[in-house]
Amino acid sequence: MSKTTLTRRGVLSRGAVAGAGLAVPTIFTGSSVAGFTNEPTGGAVTLGFNVPQTGPYADEGADELRAFELAVEHLNGGGDGGMMSTFSSNALEGTGILGKKVEYVTGDTQTKSDAARASARSMIEKDGAVMISGGSSSGVAVAVQALCQEAGVIFMAGLTHSNDTTGKDKKANGFRHFFNSYMSGAALAPILGANYGNDRKAYHLTADYNWGYTTEEAVRTSTEAIGWETVAAVKTPLTQTDFSSYIAPVLQSGADVLVLNHYGGNMVNSLTNAVQFGLRDKIVNGKQFEIVVPLYSRLMAKGAGANVKGIFGSTNWHWSLTDAGSQAFVKSFGTKYGFPPSQAAHTCYVQTLLYADAVARAGSFNPCAVAEALEGFEFDGMGNGPTLYRAEDHQCFKDVLVVKGKENPTSEFDLLEIVEVTPAAQVTYDASIFGGDLGSCNPGA
Amino acid sequence: MEAIILQVLNGLDKGSAYALIALGLTLIFGTLGVVNFAHGALFMIGAFCAVTLSRILTLSHTIIDETRTDFLGNPLKVDVPYVYGWFGESAGAAIIDWAVPLSILFAIPVMITLGVVMERGLIKHFYKRPHADQILVTFGLAIVLQEVIKYFYGANPIPTPAPDAFRGSFDFGAMLGFDPNIIIYPYWRIIYFVFAAIIIGGVFAFLQFTTFGMVVRAGMADRETVQLLGINIDRRFTLMFGLAAAVAGLAGVMYTPINSPNYHMGMDFLVLSFVVVVVGGMGSLPGAVLAGFVLGILESFASMREVLEVLPGINQIIIYLVAIIILLTRPRGLMGRKGVMED
Repeated sequence: MSKTTLTRRGVLSRGAVAGAGLAVPTIFTGSSVAGFTNEPTGGAVTLGFNVPQTGPYADEGADELRAFELAVEHLNGGGDGGMMSTFSSNALEGTGILGKKVEYVTGDTQTKSDAARASARSMIEKDGAVMISGGSSSGVAVAVQALCQEAGVIFMAGLTHSNDTTGKDKKANGFRHFFNSYMSGAALAPILGANYGNDRKAYHLTADYNWGYTTEEAVRTSTEAIGWETVAAVKTPLTQTDFSSYIAPVLQSGADVLVLNHYGGNMVNSLTNAVQFGLRDKIVNGKQFEIVVPLYSRLMAKGAGANVKGIFGSTNWHWSLTDAGSQAFVKSFGTKYGFPPSQAAHTCYVQTLLYADAVARAGSFNPCAVAEALEGFEFDGMGNGPTLYRAEDHQCFKDVLVVKGKENPTSEFDLLEIVEVTPAAQVTYDASIFGGDLGSCNPGA
Repeated sequence: MEAIILQVLNGLDKGSAYALIALGLTLIFGTLGVVNFAHGALFMIGAFCAVTLSRILTLSHTIIDETRTDFLGNPLKVDVPYVYGWFGESAGAAIIDWAVPLSILFAIPVMITLGVVMERGLIKHFYKRPHADQILVTFGLAIVLQEVIKYFYGANPIPTPAPDAFRGSFDFGAMLGFDPNIIIYPYWRIIYFVFAAIIIGGVFAFLQFTTFGMVVRAGMADRETVQLLGINIDRRFTLMFGLAAAVAGLAGVMYTPINSPNYHMGMDFLVLSFVVVVVGGMGSLPGAVLAGFVLGILESFASMREVLEVLPGINQIIIYLVAIIILLTRPRGLMGRKGVMED
């Protein structure tokens, strides 16, 4: 017969261990009965769409949400099927995913990492979401991707362009269809060289956060490789609205090209200010002064109005593409909503279909089975030509579009024209150059 | 030397916006004793007056252009503004082109009405409440106003360009004997600075040289005595709230070609404008204007590459740093009056 002696120290230590165990969120513990987090058991499966519904990217978030709704409709057999008819994989039949009706819940990222994590956590814990997708910021994508890795669900990133998402911050449960800063630089440089020559002096204005740094580095590296000189690179606060004091000294520096490593409201304001200062009317070093915007978004270009005319940039996808997949998506989206989809909408739609297809091919919602189905997956018919989901870093490799602000737009949507479709091979890089560790898939149970 | 001239010029237009908003804030604080955190929202609503008038002027009927197609391959629907039909295409296009200057006429009654409604409908109930309550209610109002604007106009910036005649830039350097293209400055920013100077001068002249202004100044100095003289000072202060709203609104209207307006633009200016008011001295109209220009110019200098290389990040803190130094050395701000916010 044993005798149990209660001591103050023993109670405290056991209590601490028990408390710590109880404090661990349920998504990190899971049930040993379930094979993985949020395994669907009824006739439906829930997806979580985490998009900015408030804040400065709310319009982009609204477009993402429209695309998600359309994808769910198509997965459940509604509408005209959109890209399901052009997708090279034939695993999807319009009967939901593995026969389960697709339902969805939405969260508001507010384009803030903490808010995005909170809404993703809520969708996983309370709503039982088996996959999280969406977002309009790299900071948010990295934060939510890490959460999904811990929770044991798949993260299909929305609009995120920083190298880090599938570089130093990559995770085994996270997948990015969108292109990145490196690809923008690699696609843009040859076009810039062909149009503006190889003897140029560039001045960079860079948004003072992670995406700005990776974009500046990518464009600098690729333009210096063709012979351009970088005369200065100045970081601008993310909260800056009037860029005049940053733009005014550009001409004094001897630069003849201004590269605006800005996105969203920053891009609209800095480009507007640069055009106001008449930079594009000036002749410097015997050459016409030029402006470059490495990452374009049609929704943002609309904010800059006529100032985008003639300015080069890159984009992931554009509604004017003539391939069958793009046209099918534009027709579905345009018929339903009355205007063409943005690149953010395209990415979110494609990511949803790719996830569903991977589940169908794997025959399971288990995130590790899904990840295995996505890794190294080659497909076509989704709008960017033949595409590879690279296994090493979960980054998609596909054609990248170099675009230019259209001189004579016919409508408020007709702002950009495609100058070049840069082949995927030209923007492909070694998976190890951005560091990071993919780790191993976490099923969450 | 060129860089210094350039940054002074940049600081002047930035300072113009700060000064106009801070002037309105000080008018409200000086007359009603209210710390109005919704003042940035009034600046934003002024900007959206320009957007609204621009949309009114471009109200259109649709014609079908069978020779072109839309993104779905259907015949292209082309919007033709009604003003083209009423005034002819060239005159109609000119009216649309001048939408921003015309918005001044549109914004004045809208902003005065909005200011009076705000004051009578909400803010007057908080006169005798602590400043903290006033800040909370006006800040809440600011958020409501910006969400209303976002609901109707969306979250994206809306381009509202200056008339064609004022696009492009003026070569100050060439005029001053420097090399061409060294000191350039956009025409519209020159106009903004001149406009701000006229508004500021007008407000000062109104307060200095009219009977109404004299009574208001007397009320600001000693409200009770003015009321004992049988003057309805409250009504005059309400109108001053409307005037302050109009000043902020006009600052917003004229700012639209500089930066495309969005629902959040008021908040971007609000905190800086409060710093301007405090640095200038609570309740001091000349102080607000002076501090607006001083801080605007300092902010421009802090953004210079040469400065940033020596002091990285100084551009983000310069205004607050200067505010701390001024308040440590001159606790009432540059031109603050004794007794204001000291009870």
